[in-house]
Amino acid sequence: MNKIKKQISVCYQYRHLFQQLVSKDIKLKYRRSFLGYLWSILNPLFTMLVMIVVFSHMFRFDIENYPVYLIIGQTIFNFLNESTTMAIYSITGNAALIKKVYVPKYIFTISRVTSSMVNFLFSLLAMVLVFFFCGIQWNLHFLFIPMILLQVYVFCIGLGLFLAQAAVFFRDIQYIYNVLLTAWMYLTPIFYPIASLPEQLQDAIMMFNPMYDYIMQLRTIVLEGLFPNSSLILKGSIVAFFTLGIGLWSFFKSQDKFILYI
Amino acid sequence: MASKEVLIEIQDASVRFNIASERIDNLKEYFIKLVKKELMFQEFLALKNICFQVRKGESWGIIGTNGSGKSTLLKLICGILKPFQGEVSVQGVIAPLIELGAGFDGDLTARENIFLNGAVLGYSKKYMQKHFEEIVEFAELKDFLDMPIKNYSSGMSARLGFSIATIVKPDILIVDEVLSVGDYAFQQKCEKRMKEMLKAGTTLLYVSHAIESVENLCKNVIWLEKGRIKQSGTAEKVCQDYIEQLK
Repeated sequence: MNKIKKQISVCYQYRHLFQQLVSKDIKLKYRRSFLGYLWSILNPLFTMLVMIVVFSHMFRFDIENYPVYLIIGQTIFNFLNESTTMAIYSITGNAALIKKVYVPKYIFTISRVTSSMVNFLFSLLAMVLVFFFCGIQWNLHFLFIPMILLQVYVFCIGLGLFLAQAAVFFRDIQYIYNVLLTAWMYLTPIFYPIASLPEQLQDAIMMFNPMYDYIMQLRTIVLEGLFPNSSLILKGSIVAFFTLGIGLWSFFKSQDKFILYI
Repeated sequence: MASKEVLIEIQDASVRFNIASERIDNLKEYFIKLVKKELMFQEFLALKNICFQVRKGESWGIIGTNGSGKSTLLKLICGILKPFQGEVSVQGVIAPLIELGAGFDGDLTARENIFLNGAVLGYSKKYMQKHFEEIVEFAELKDFLDMPIKNYSSGMSARLGFSIATIVKPDILIVDEVLSVGDYAFQQKCEKRMKEMLKAGTTLLYVSHAIESVENLCKNVIWLEKGRIKQSGTAEKVCQDYIEQLK
């Protein structure tokens, strides 16, 4: 108990570093570009437009308001993709610093996921523009969206911590994960309706793919104007915090050995 | 002197590295080695059974040849390395100058790096803002503040790093052979500042190959050889023996 207390106070002490690291990532992303921060919205917006054009004309599925359906899935999955891929490199990439100064190492991983979260929030703004053009009606359930974001964020931190510590010992993780991520993307109903899959696969996805829970919650709110199913919320949150637990546990267990491998 | 509180206490500590001839950091090799039962690590003790105590206000120089474990000892005290055996306890705030500007990001400007580096050392933006002028003043880099740090020379970033690390009033200052890249005038300036800090009650641990500067700054010296303490005592005595042996 005392140990946990101490950890929390150390964590609090380094909040300034956390803040600096996140703002560094964001500042550097579009530095020296002519439009600067404006890109944070334009970039996802243009990508969305391309996706919409490609999927509405070339691979049409019979879904009402297809652009919105697609964009919701794609944006949430993109956050998972970006944040965890960056998290993998967060320890090995900061080796120089970790070798020279004592800093709590999880700060690097969490700050990476957080800066992706900030990018994700900008994409949400772009998403709202798409909603507006597609004639989506604003409803009160929209207020629940931050809770969905929180679930995804917690899930990605957990997964990121686990991957970051594993990548220190086995650099292969970086490549394996890339392949897994592609498979994961196709196993998530992002651009197709889940009903188009064989029934067994449908059950497996609903059961084991947490991304389905998060994407479905947002789709229910935006497309159907209803409050998401409470079992989706419950399962999504449990999986998120369970993953966080595993991530933290594996990270703390191995962090003292990092220095010998980076 | 004996009544002063102990800030750093190292009891019988050893640090173990693994110098396997080929580093296993991919899964395929790991499994092959695991199956062949070759997953043994060649151990190497960088520090062996070190006992060492530093009291408040003391100044210690650490000398020894390359690879004798000086930097490892400092990293152990900073908490970067954990001992394989034994115990290390440290009280108080440490300002580590193991590599100046380790926390610098090449793409950020010097101005932004001052805040980033301050944060690495655990200080708030507000605190850094308050001391910003002082840092820039000491580093003498006023004209280059908005330049990305990747365009700095090593001497310039060392200046900035030293100014940031010593702006705080740490209980323990750890300096590892970092000033050698600075010009003569700046080295003098740094020594002067370290002396001032010593007077103000800071404890100093100083690693350098420049024996004169060790003698100049430190009252006590420990001499490491192959991971063991060969001799420890007053600066004059140990330095003399050390030079004697090198001849």
